[in-house]
Amino acid sequence: MKIFYALMLILLACGGAMAKEAAQLAEDPVVEQRLIAISEEMRCLVCQNESLAGSRSDLANDLRRELRTLIKQGKTDAEIREFMVSRYGDFVLYRPPVKPTTWLLWAGPFGLMIFGVGALFVYLRRRNTDIAADSGLTDEERKRAEAMLQEGGK
Amino acid sequence: MKAKFLIPLALFAVLVVFLAAGLRLDPHEVPSPLVNKPAPAFKVTQLEHPELQFAAEDLKGKVWLFNVWASWCVACRQEHPVLMQFARQQIIPIVGLDYKDQRKDALGVLKRSGNPYDVIAFDGDGRVGIDYGVYGVPESYLIDKAGIIRYKHIGPITAEALEKTIIPLINELKKS
Amino acid sequence: MIPELGHFALILALCVCLVQGVLPIAGAHYGRREWIVLARPAAQVSFLLMLGAFVSLAWSFYVNDFSVQYVAAHSNSKLPTLFRFGAVWGGHEGSLLLWVFLLSGWTVAVAQFSRTLDDTMVARVIGVLGLVTSGLVLFILFTSNPFDRLLPAAEDGRDLNPLLQDPGLVFHPPVLYMGYVGFAVAFAFAIAALLSGRLDAAWARWSRPWTTAAWVFLTWGIAAGSWWAYYELGWGGWWFWDPVENASFMPWLIGTALIHSLAVTEKRGTFKSWTVLLAIGAFSLSLLGTFLVRSGVLTSVHAFATDPRRGIFILVLLLLVVGSSLVLFAWRAPKVALGGSFALMSRESLLLTGNVLLVVSCASVLLGTLYPLIIDALKLGKISVGPPYFNAVFVPLMTPVLFLMAAVPLARWKNTDVKEIALRMWIPGVLALVAGALVPYLMGGWTVMTNLGVALSVWIASSGVIQVARRLKSGFPPASFWGMHMGHFGIAVFAFGVTMVGGFQEEQDVRMEPGDTVLVGGYQFKMIGVKDVPGPNYSASRGAFEVTKNGSDAKILEPEKRTYFSSTMPMTEAAIDAGFTRDVYVSLGEPLEGKAWAIRVYFKPFVDWIWGGCFLMALGGLFAMSDRRYRLRVKESVVVPEAASPPVPKRGRLKGATP
Repeated sequence: MKIFYALMLILLACGGAMAKEAAQLAEDPVVEQRLIAISEEMRCLVCQNESLAGSRSDLANDLRRELRTLIKQGKTDAEIREFMVSRYGDFVLYRPPVKPTTWLLWAGPFGLMIFGVGALFVYLRRRNTDIAADSGLTDEERKRAEAMLQEGGK
Repeated sequence: MKAKFLIPLALFAVLVVFLAAGLRLDPHEVPSPLVNKPAPAFKVTQLEHPELQFAAEDLKGKVWLFNVWASWCVACRQEHPVLMQFARQQIIPIVGLDYKDQRKDALGVLKRSGNPYDVIAFDGDGRVGIDYGVYGVPESYLIDKAGIIRYKHIGPITAEALEKTIIPLINELKKS
Repeated sequence: MIPELGHFALILALCVCLVQGVLPIAGAHYGRREWIVLARPAAQVSFLLMLGAFVSLAWSFYVNDFSVQYVAAHSNSKLPTLFRFGAVWGGHEGSLLLWVFLLSGWTVAVAQFSRTLDDTMVARVIGVLGLVTSGLVLFILFTSNPFDRLLPAAEDGRDLNPLLQDPGLVFHPPVLYMGYVGFAVAFAFAIAALLSGRLDAAWARWSRPWTTAAWVFLTWGIAAGSWWAYYELGWGGWWFWDPVENASFMPWLIGTALIHSLAVTEKRGTFKSWTVLLAIGAFSLSLLGTFLVRSGVLTSVHAFATDPRRGIFILVLLLLVVGSSLVLFAWRAPKVALGGSFALMSRESLLLTGNVLLVVSCASVLLGTLYPLIIDALKLGKISVGPPYFNAVFVPLMTPVLFLMAAVPLARWKNTDVKEIALRMWIPGVLALVAGALVPYLMGGWTVMTNLGVALSVWIASSGVIQVARRLKSGFPPASFWGMHMGHFGIAVFAFGVTMVGGFQEEQDVRMEPGDTVLVGGYQFKMIGVKDVPGPNYSASRGAFEVTKNGSDAKILEPEKRTYFSSTMPMTEAAIDAGFTRDVYVSLGEPLEGKAWAIRVYFKPFVDWIWGGCFLMALGGLFAMSDRRYRLRVKESVVVPEAASPPVPKRGRLKGATP
């Protein structure tokens, strides 16, 4: 196999005249970059588990063609998104828009984190007093015991 | 039983309710944002008479059914007899949109199986389909006298859908 | 004949599992010794029967028995033998059989390796496992029987989905399921603890190796799936936040919280109820994942063909298993005595903080995965929640966890001085800040995210190395110490890989003819040509590319585009030259006019560190599991550092009953 390829390479090198730096598939790389950035965040409606950027279905090809036209016309990202949403609904966006129905979605995780850490803090404080209360020692005694345990623990 | 230990159970119960509801939904279906909005304007050539044109506004003042189909679409063949039957009833005009098709293939299908359409718009490059939010074929739109889309049917039209949903809606729309 | 035998074996297995599920638990409750001792033999018998069922299905695939519907749907006479074996779990019915087979395997392993655990506890654990297995076998027999016949038999099978015809199929599902299913053991231990009222450090010590083992498999399984998607799908992605991927990731997050929580319960006798809840949670998420993948409730590229009947059955199963465990939890957990106290700043509280953050991360993934369903069910519209959301939310949530991870090993139990930790961490801190600023700059582009990613990985890695070096001065540390640091180091490696590939990968989509070259990431790719190549059940176009760097180190890459006879969709087989510091990746696009082809070329720096990191994490888990204290033949009732919680009085104290 390797010999075969080596021969091919030699032939190509000799024939060599037509070999060149490969051309970009896209007509305009700048437009293409923007297209990829925008369409990566959109869902292909046919094979619904691929992004519009990656899908090879007919509809995806057509939609990318439309988006390319819009980009060339100078439309902003928001306008392009609006183009898609007015035809296919919010479903087409992989990044859910922030609206009342998605407040819980966007605020939930951070809210939960703050709530979780806060609740933990409150719980830990209360826990120590609960344990102290359970233990039957007076505050004085408890402090002495803690101090002794501290020293021992080191 | 301390209340806080019931929280996991309560959250789980809520989850199960949603999952059960989910079993009755179809996650693949994309409802149209165009319902109750004006039907997008377009002007394209006709399939059967390429020298003539058809525009959405041609049917203003009438209630009409806009059916997206193609010769390569398998489910359309399922829908075809239902459409033929519906066309015979002469209730409303049926306009076809031949989507991303070859003219001769489409004409061939109509010749073989019959033509339920009053007129067929030819959408070779799919632009009209995109404007209407078409993502699969067949799909159909019910448009009222003012040119507003009132209903979108995704997938082949069945006799049941006609009877239960579409025709009652047509009757309502005709009254206004 | 064989399929019928397999079917019969499965029915028998159900009967044995029901016995295994009911009698030992009842025996433990009522103190009936003769029922308690049924547990181990029942587990052994049901395993043998499951093995029989599984082997008969595998046999049907091996001999191409297309009179079995499942075989006809997922195999083909031209399918290579290796994939015929993998096809056993290529579809819904077979993969469920694999599930219960592995579950019975874990059960019999628990029966084998728990000789020193007291019989009543073992009875309860095996009993719970038996009940869960019974539920799943019922599901299989009633809605998803892989042994259904197809009469008249098909001439030839429909062939395995071409995407699955890859060695990854043979490896990824079994390993992943070992993890998913393995959390059932932790779950069973938790339920047994709740039933007996004995929730103590000894229980934690028994649970821990099993839980770690399941976690190791799950880590491996997820990593294998990610790597498979990367090289198979042809466009270089490695994680898509697809619902099925999330379904495996959520148990992993809770499992990680669980192994840390168990560590604390074992050492300090605290966090008992929390640990039990996490154990219930991890397995519940495994079951939830099973539901999501097979019910049709979410769109996923992984989802099996769905049937509403199946969805309802699994939902009922989920409701029964999780619902009853949470009821048991609400009932019994409040009676568990609190463990010892610890200060607001202590190793315990820091570990607990990490736990909370992991649970919050998991909840966020769950929220994002289910949100479209929730919105649709409430008739509020139809939305999609995809990678942009998950990336935006998950990374900030995990950042504090990564930050803490490096410092917590330095924290003392019960009470720790934050200033002291900060002093010991100044070197990692400086290294992290310097590397975070410098490395992205050297790679050609600094961004906030790449700075953060590099800084965090260096922070974790360097603190780990320093801590290990320091500890070595006082003798060779035990396996668990190495396990912890290896696991954390694995995360650092993983984070570095993710950051580098995300920030600095390069891609070119070009039109190439033989002789053309393209430069990507410092590598020159020269197209040699494309020729047609036949395969066993496909025909392919195979390209050949010479890759060089600075004119030397020539390698040949051969990507393919295959058309399988059974499918119309062409499949891309990318060609990858994997290296320690980078992958170079070529995939064939579409043929263009003449001899030209659309070619996609990638340069992916440090991408293999992603899976390398996962491998190190799993290795760390293995080390932790192999610690001597788990292998000690401890015959006594284990020396417990904290007083065991007093046994919950049952309805009537029965003679001989060990609670």
